[in-house]
Amino acid sequence: MKTCLVVDDSSVVRKIARRILEGLEFEVTEAEDGSKALEICQRQLPDAVLLDWNMPVMDGFEFMGHMRRLPGGDQPKVVFCTTENNVAHIAQALSGGANEYIMKPFDKDIIADKFAEVGLIPVGQAMV
Amino acid sequence: MTPTEYEYLRKFLKDNSGLDLSADKQYLIESRLLPLARKAGLSGIPELVQKLQAGSRQLITDVVEAMTTNETFFFRDKVPFDHFRDHIMPEIIKARAGKRSVRIWCAAGSTGQEPYSLAMCLKEMGAALTGWRVEIIATDLSQEVLEKAKAGVYSQFEVQRGLPIQMLVKYFKQTGETWQINPELRAMIQHRQLNLLHDFAQLGTFDVIFCRNVLIYFDQDTKINIFNRLARQIEPDGFLVLGAAETVVGLTDTFRPIPDRRGLYKPNDPRAAAARPALAGAAPRMAVMAGR
Repeated sequence: MKTCLVVDDSSVVRKIARRILEGLEFEVTEAEDGSKALEICQRQLPDAVLLDWNMPVMDGFEFMGHMRRLPGGDQPKVVFCTTENNVAHIAQALSGGANEYIMKPFDKDIIADKFAEVGLIPVGQAMV
Repeated sequence: MTPTEYEYLRKFLKDNSGLDLSADKQYLIESRLLPLARKAGLSGIPELVQKLQAGSRQLITDVVEAMTTNETFFFRDKVPFDHFRDHIMPEIIKARAGKRSVRIWCAAGSTGQEPYSLAMCLKEMGAALTGWRVEIIATDLSQEVLEKAKAGVYSQFEVQRGLPIQMLVKYFKQTGETWQINPELRAMIQHRQLNLLHDFAQLGTFDVIFCRNVLIYFDQDTKINIFNRLARQIEPDGFLVLGAAETVVGLTDTFRPIPDRRGLYKPNDPRAAAARPALAGAAPRMAVMAGR
């Protein structure tokens, strides 16, 4: 089973994302900010990170920078999932090492499409 | 909706668009036509049926459009576009090296996601197509859908279905909450209104025909008829691309599947096909939609 770390300061968003990702057969862990997410990654890197941008303590972009520098930190697929929906933010995320980018609001179809896009799930599964 | 009204709508849709609903699609009719009836100030499906019987021309058009518009998104099913990039285009680039021209037809272009996906694929090929004349013709039954395709403006939700984020940044311009595909890509596509039940010989011949997820709505005889006419519009070494749940097998031998490439078909030798007796039920069903 693949693992996904959901990082978002909203417990509601984490709950929705968890339900969708468990439906796609991921084992899900949660963190409420970038700093807590980094602690989790230092113990064990996930296969995927679904990552909010604006969060207290440490934001998603800063977290990604730290995570990418961990041993093996280039491996996890990072999919941003944020209300920041302008080209400048998207470009910054991509050049900082993000693999995909979701603009909130999202649903199951969008998550499945984006996860299929970066090879986390087979393409067929995105079409359910 | 009474059984009589349902039967009327079934026959109406069959005659006007070729759409072949099975006996249990009441929910589909209700979900698509109830909003339309309300918009037209009608009380419900029974009154809508009365108006259709009275021959309201605008309503006929609206009902056909509402029932035949399909879900579509960028790079839908992904595999056909991989085939297009890795198999179809390399073969065509080789075969047309002298002519340096390729013609592509999206026969169910809908709101533009499929033709624009092909345009993006072609752009990504870069230098391999430098100096080539590329023509993409996108047709659809619905004028409303064509207008949307032409404008190339999509909601944030639509650009997140199937479209890799790099492609969004590269080929779209953001305007507030919507995203518009670049003028350079829009210029690659000609949009035309076309009912597949009608003659389409005037479109000329194509190297590639995408005809995905539209024939599933037609009955068997109509499908056979369309396949046979598509075969006349395709180059002998061209490609036909069908939807994941569609096939020519058992319907016509004007095309043959390409082994191990799901959804890809090649035309058979037309002389061999001409030697066989004509298939039954091949007369085209001309529709009331003529002249639209």
